[in-house]
Formats: sequence, C-alpha cells, structure tokens
Amino acid sequence: MSHPYIPNSVERVKREMLSYIGVSSIEELYASIPEEIRFKGRMNLPEPLRSEYELYRHMREILSKNVSCEDYLCFKGGGTWPHYVPAICDEIAGRAEFLTAYAGDPYEDHGRWQALFEFESLMAELVDMDVVTVPIYSWGHAAGTAMRMAHRINGRREVLIPRTISPERFLVVNNYVDPALKLIKVDYDKERGMMDIEDLKRKISRETAAVYFENPSYLGFIETGGKEICEIAHEMGAICIVGVDPSSLGVLEPPSHYGADITVGDLQPLGIHMNFGGGLGGFLATRDEEEFVREIPYRIFGLAKTVKEGEYGFGDVLFERTSFEKREKAKEFVGTAAASHGIIAAVYLSLLGPKGMRELGEAILQRSAYAMKALSSIGLKAPKFKAPHFKEFVVEFPGRKSVEEINKELLKEGIFGGIDLRKHFPELGNSALYCFTEVHTKEDIDRLVDALRRILG
Amino acid sequence: MGVVKVRRGFHEARWEEPIIFELSNEGERGILIPLDDKIRREVGDVLSSIPEHMRRKDPPKLPEVSQMRVLKHYLRLSQETLGADLNIDIGQGTCTMKYSPKVNERFVAMVRELHPYQDEETVQGALEIMYKLDLFLREISGLDRFSFQPGGGSQAIFAMASIIRAYHKKRGEERDEIITTIFSHPSDAAAPAVKGFKVITIYPDPETGIPDVEALKAAVSKRTAGMIVANPEDTGIFNPRIKEFCDIVHEAGGLCGYDQANANGIMGIVRAKECGFDMGFFNLHKTFSSPHGCGGPAVGALGVRRELENFLPVPVVDYDPERKAYYLNYDLPDTIGKVREFYGVFPVVVRAYAWIMALGEEGLKEVARVAVLNNNYVMHRILREVRGADISYPANKRRIEQVRYSLKKLKDETGVGAEDVIRRMADFGFHLWTSHHPWIIPEPLTIEPTESYSKEELDEYIEALKEVVGEAYEEPETVINAPHRSVIHKIEDNSWFSDPKKWSITWRLFLKKHGGKL
Repeated sequence: MSHPYIPNSVERVKREMLSYIGVSSIEELYASIPEEIRFKGRMNLPEPLRSEYELYRHMREILSKNVSCEDYLCFKGGGTWPHYVPAICDEIAGRAEFLTAYAGDPYEDHGRWQALFEFESLMAELVDMDVVTVPIYSWGHAAGTAMRMAHRINGRREVLIPRTISPERFLVVNNYVDPALKLIKVDYDKERGMMDIEDLKRKISRETAAVYFENPSYLGFIETGGKEICEIAHEMGAICIVGVDPSSLGVLEPPSHYGADITVGDLQPLGIHMNFGGGLGGFLATRDEEEFVREIPYRIFGLAKTVKEGEYGFGDVLFERTSFEKREKAKEFVGTAAASHGIIAAVYLSLLGPKGMRELGEAILQRSAYAMKALSSIGLKAPKFKAPHFKEFVVEFPGRKSVEEINKELLKEGIFGGIDLRKHFPELGNSALYCFTEVHTKEDIDRLVDALRRILG
Repeated sequence: MGVVKVRRGFHEARWEEPIIFELSNEGERGILIPLDDKIRREVGDVLSSIPEHMRRKDPPKLPEVSQMRVLKHYLRLSQETLGADLNIDIGQGTCTMKYSPKVNERFVAMVRELHPYQDEETVQGALEIMYKLDLFLREISGLDRFSFQPGGGSQAIFAMASIIRAYHKKRGEERDEIITTIFSHPSDAAAPAVKGFKVITIYPDPETGIPDVEALKAAVSKRTAGMIVANPEDTGIFNPRIKEFCDIVHEAGGLCGYDQANANGIMGIVRAKECGFDMGFFNLHKTFSSPHGCGGPAVGALGVRRELENFLPVPVVDYDPERKAYYLNYDLPDTIGKVREFYGVFPVVVRAYAWIMALGEEGLKEVARVAVLNNNYVMHRILREVRGADISYPANKRRIEQVRYSLKKLKDETGVGAEDVIRRMADFGFHLWTSHHPWIIPEPLTIEPTESYSKEELDEYIEALKEVVGEAYEEPETVINAPHRSVIHKIEDNSWFSDPKKWSITWRLFLKKHGGKL
C-alpha cells in the first residue's frame, strides 16, 4: 500500500522510474555502500499508525498527560515567561508559506527577506541601536557571541559577568566562550542585588574584553547602576554588553542610553509561545560602526534597489563574514536558528507599537507591584531585594516549610509556584523567583496569596 | 497519469508592499493591553517606581498600525514567499525540503503553553515524547543516547566539537586539530574553529569525488582531536571507505563525529554505529519532517556512544520504573554544560516523533529508498535532456539522495550561469539554490528530490529547467535579466551590501543614509 507521504511508493511508478534509469531495483542504486557496513537488522520501532486518525488519537492520549499554564496558574519565568500571544501572531506563524520556506533567494522569497528586515528595523527602534541581525538560537548564544566579538575587537581574554546571571544562560555562555575567554563573576550587593561596584573595580583590568550584565536581572531587579558600570568598563577600554528582556523596553531605558555597545536578549516575550522552553530566539544589536558590524557572525539582511525604479529588494550585508562563505575562516558560525521567531516578533511589535509597548510595561509593573503588596501583607519578604523590579522578584519564605514543599502544595491547588532558588542561590535562603505579567489578573494574584496564606498557616 | 505542465503564465504575488514603517498613522492601535483597573486602584502610578534615570523618556519609534492592516501586511509578505507547501522544493539541495504533515501542527498547538520549569509530574506527556524519540533515534543511528538541546545542525556540530574538546581534556591529552572534508557542511569546519581547533580539510579524488584516504592518512597525527564529516556529502556521493576513515582517526586517538543533518537516503540502510562513528546528529527539521520556518527554530538531535554519554549537554530525559515517571536527569559528570537554554525546540521534537510513528520501520526505509530513486531519476533525466548541464565528478554516477550539478558548459556556451538560471526558475514558480562556498564545482546547482514529490512533479521541474536552458541558447538576455514574473526584479547594484556608507541594515539606517529614497 502506498503511503500518503510518499507519492512514488506506488509500485507501477517505481518500475517506470527504474526502467528509465536503466536498473532493475532500487538496491542497485545503493551500490556505493559496501556490504560490510550495511545495517542488516531491523530497527526496533513501534508499528506505524497508518491512518491519520489513529495517529491523532495516539498523540492526543500522550499529550493530554500534560497540564498547561492555561490549565493552572503559572508564576514561573526565569528565561521563558508567560505572556499573551495575539491571534495575529499565531495566524502569521501558521502561514504555510512562512512555515515551510527555508533559505530562499531574495526573489521568490522576497516576503521572508522583507519580514526579517522589518524585524531588524523594529528591534532597532526598541533597543535604539542602528544594527540588528537576523535572530540566532537564544539569548545565551547571542551573549556568547557578543563576548567573542569584544575579544576579536580588543584582543583581551576575560569577561566580567554578574553573579546573578541566569544559571541556564551561564552554562550556555560558559561553553560558548571556552576556550577563548575566561568568565569572572562579579559579586552583588546583598541588600539591593545589584552589581557590587567595588568588586567590579577590583576585578576589571586591561585584560577585560567586556563587562556583561542583564537588565532586568535574572532575579528581577532593575540594575540601576548601568551607566556607572558601562563607564568603568569603557575607562578600562572594555566593551559593554547588556542583556535585556525586550518586554521591558516600553518603560525602561534601552541599554544603549546608558552605555551598552552591544545589546542582546531573547524574543520569546514578543508573541512567541513558551513551548516548554522551545520559544527562544536570540537577538543581537550594535552601533553602525564597521569595527562592530564586521565582527558579527550572523546573517544581516539589508535593503537594496532593484533594476526597477522605486522597488525594494533585499540581500545579505557582508556575506563574506559568515561561515557559509568562509568556513573555518569565518566569524564563528551561523546556520538554521530562529528565523520564524523573528518574523513573529516583527508582527508583535507592529501590533503593539509605541503605546502598546509602554502599556505592556505598565501592565507588568502593575501586576508585580500588586503582588509585592499582597505577598508582603501575609508576612513574606517580597521583594527580598531593596530595588525597583520588573516582571520578576525574589520572595523569601519563613523557614517552616521549604519552597519545594510550598510548591508541592500550591500544585495541588492548581498553581505553579515560583522558581526554587535554593540550588543556584543558596545564600538567598528559602526563596523563590516569582513572575507576574499582563496575563495575570487581580483574582489570579489573590488566589495565589490566599493559597499561600493557607499553606503557610 | 498526472499532467506535467510548464507554467509559462505563472506570476508570483507582487504586492509592492511598503515597509511596515510606511504604514504608520499616529494614533492607530493594533492591539490593546489589559491594564487592570482594579489593580491600578490598589497600586497607583507604577511608573514612578522606576528611578527617573532608568525610565524611558522617548517612546520607541515603532509604527502605529491598526490590526487588520498589520495582518494584511504580513499576509502579503507571506504570499511573496514560496514555501515548500507551494513549491516543488527540490531545488534546495542538502536541505531535505520534504512534506511536513499538517496533522503535526495540531499536536504542536497542544504544547504551546508549557513552561520548562513546571513540575515534572505535569509534563509527563512531553517527557515521554522526548524519551521515546531518543529510543527511536538510537535504533536509526545505532548510537546510545540522544539530546535534543541543539537548536539546529550547526549548534549540534558545535556541541560535538565541545564534546571532543572535553573528552581529550579529561584524558589529559592536548589535541587541537579537527579534520573535515570540503563537501561537508561549512559549519563542520566553522564550529570546531570556534572551539579553538585548527581545521584540516580533506579534498576528494578528482575523478571519483570520493574523499582521499591518502590525504587523511597524511593529515592524522597525535594532534588529531577528531573528524567531523557528512556522508553522503553535498555532492550526493557516499564515501564507501567511511569505516576505514573512522578507523584511521581512531588509531590516531581522535573521535569521529557524523554530520547526519540529512540522513534521508540512508535511513535503515546504513548507520553511524556500523560506520564507526562515536557520535552524530540528525536535523529533525530535515530528515524528520519538521518544517524549516524560514530558517528555524529547529533541532539538531545529538547522539553519542555509551562512552560519551556523560559528556552530553544537561539535562537528558530518563525513566524511573519505580516511580513510573519520566524525569530530567542533570547528573552527567562530564557534561559540556549547555548549548542552548532549556531542553530544545520542543515542537520540533513532537513533529519528528509523530512523523516516525506514522511511518514505522518499513516506512522509514521506504522514505530512503524512494528519495534515492527520485534522485537518480532526476539525475538521469538532467544528464540526458538538459543541455549544458553535467554532474560534479561525472566519472562517478553513484549518488544517494542529492546531486551537485555543474552548469559550466552552459556558461561557456551561452554566458548564462547558475545564478542566472536560478533567477529565471523563479519565473516558473520554483526555487533553485546554488551551493555552499567555495564553488569547487563551477556554476553549481544542488538538487535533492526527497520522497515527497510525485514523478509528475519531478518531471515538471525538469521541463522548466529545460525551458530555461533552451532560452539560454536562444535568447540569453531573458535569462540574464530574470526574474520577470517573480516578486521583484533583478538586484544589480551590490554596493548596498558591502559599502558601509550605503548599507541599510535597518529602516532607520535607510532614512539616515539615503533619506528614505532608493
């Protein structure tokens, strides 16, 4: 029986094609694969579910074992955050043309080139920098590249990073910059969470290629000392790299305004579903200076003119930077990464516009402010750090029950509690990282606080 | 018999769509944000909680566009894109542009709102799919354990280079050279270089196109850390001495990594294990049908032999028979850490799982066989019927799932080269791709028919190619000045891509450098 996915599995057609080629069996076409390395066994795979309906039932059965953040209340962030995805984002993301295209040329895939050019252009406004690339895998990867760019520009071999960096991201960056660069962690102010400026001054040297920090930080506080950190970096001839959550940029100053030479971050908050952590897309932005642009490893789409008056065309800027052209002589490497997430982010930013981004920031601030107030009212230290926050903050619980136990009980009430910080930040005690965004209503937050009140007795 | 048609009247959508910023009209809104009045009454002005110097003063200069206009704009751009669903996308060789079953999109929609840090008991379905896909890929490769963390083939190559480095470091050996072949993917050379390796590239025998074993023997030494190669290579040629290649590298003390981004012609026929590889990766967005999404997100599923399991990125998925539960296992003592945050692009994992479940072991073998049949059919038709075209290494006609062709003869005889033919093919509703650099094969094209297209569709593609080549001999200007019926016209002025005073990477740079005028 022919398979619906394989039109030429029809025997008659196969025979016709074999006869045209002039062989009697497909096996003859494999003559270049020697017998001794052939796989002789049977792959132990389940019996196929031949009909689409059987497959549908099977998949639904497995996937129904999941409980989603729409079934339960989710107060977890930490690099993937619950946000509302506008219907138009899903509509465009699901378009067959975008979904099933790949690396098409600027002619028959003009729409893909324009959409990604618009992505670059919209992000450029959001971060207020002139150059943005086609997206890459994730924030962590983009941060690693920014550090390697700094190293190539100034030849130095150390990067200072905050001790409060996301543990996931740290592992990505750490592997990515090895062996070219050494990462040195700068301590944080125990009261305010922010980078300890004295420790920064102690650790920075003529060997420092770059200083990297995040705003808002992994622990949710706003690093208000950004300007000073960048100045200290620049005085020492180091490059300043800032990682940013783009959903904050309607209300927070973009890092370029306080000294960032390179801005990186993740697109997931901009209209991309969480997808169990699969919704990431790294972005990288910098100034329009040759010294920087020439060190970028990723694809950069640029506008061009065609032979027809007034017609927009697009193409690759400085393609010879990339591994597609220069192999091991290239700036790092580039490949299939997160292009469609870039297109979705472009749709999202087009929908929100300047007012929407500001209101999004305000909505997030509202929820966090209300949650702080409500959680404090039941005796919790919320936030633990004396600092302004955006979207997330550390909540410290009394020692009677561990965060792990509390989260287990919250789960019974249909709530995903904050991220347990004990493993990566033991010095913060019995603390959890809570996340509040525009998806949370007052009732949602009240439900959380009521549940915690009961659980904590 | 189905009809074979050359679409001489085809015209792709040409909306002459402005850039989104040109659609802006002050005051228009695309979507409203839920500002909660009840919360506002409780907390007042929250913006003042941000210190003055951190508060954004000038709003970002994003366009202001109403909802339907945004929708229409991006729908038009989608229509100006020729996805595999509309194309007979065999012209994008090495990329395995196959059918991505629509039903799989339903499954993806079921996992959208899962957070990666949810309690494991609430994501048992997700973990089960990851666990079982790992088991499936073990069968297909002969390797012992998979990670889905790499977000694409190049990142999987980077992960392999990281493992090679960690492996030798653990053994206290200083080895700093990686060997690849020129017809392996560019990232097989580029990613190891990022990891600090010197890269040695093996070239093929000029007659057969098969990588030169003598060159490999000359290349290995006690500096050899490993080898990372594709097989079949971009030429579609399978290196029959691959086992010997791996043996030579092993004897020198190196590890062997297999770039199986594209394994479409050999599934169930030959595996990484029997070839002697220590690790390898499959692109789930290629062989295993997940759509390419204009270039990601994707998964390079990375598999290793038992001895290297502890070096994999964390976490991997395990099953605890006592608790009868799947769980994330971070306990890999030699782990390279992570190459991407979280566990990989999960929707891609779901699609690959569903695709394998729809095919089973016999179905996967049939995919491979038909992909090879289709490829050889197209190759023989091109050789017999397309004037001016030849295959790379013509003395060796044994090709697996793709072929790198050369239009050198056409270029010599007509002045029309590969890039011209590519632009003209767009006028017939097709995408055709040149090839990765460097162009060792002059005027290259790479065609990979996969298993997804009917014989009539393959015939249609070839008929269009014949028509374009015919034009090259009769009226070369038509081809050289193409496209005519595509979305836009030919770009001749490349200075906008190379001159820092001109390049316009963003709309704001276009306004600054050109005053918004082309």
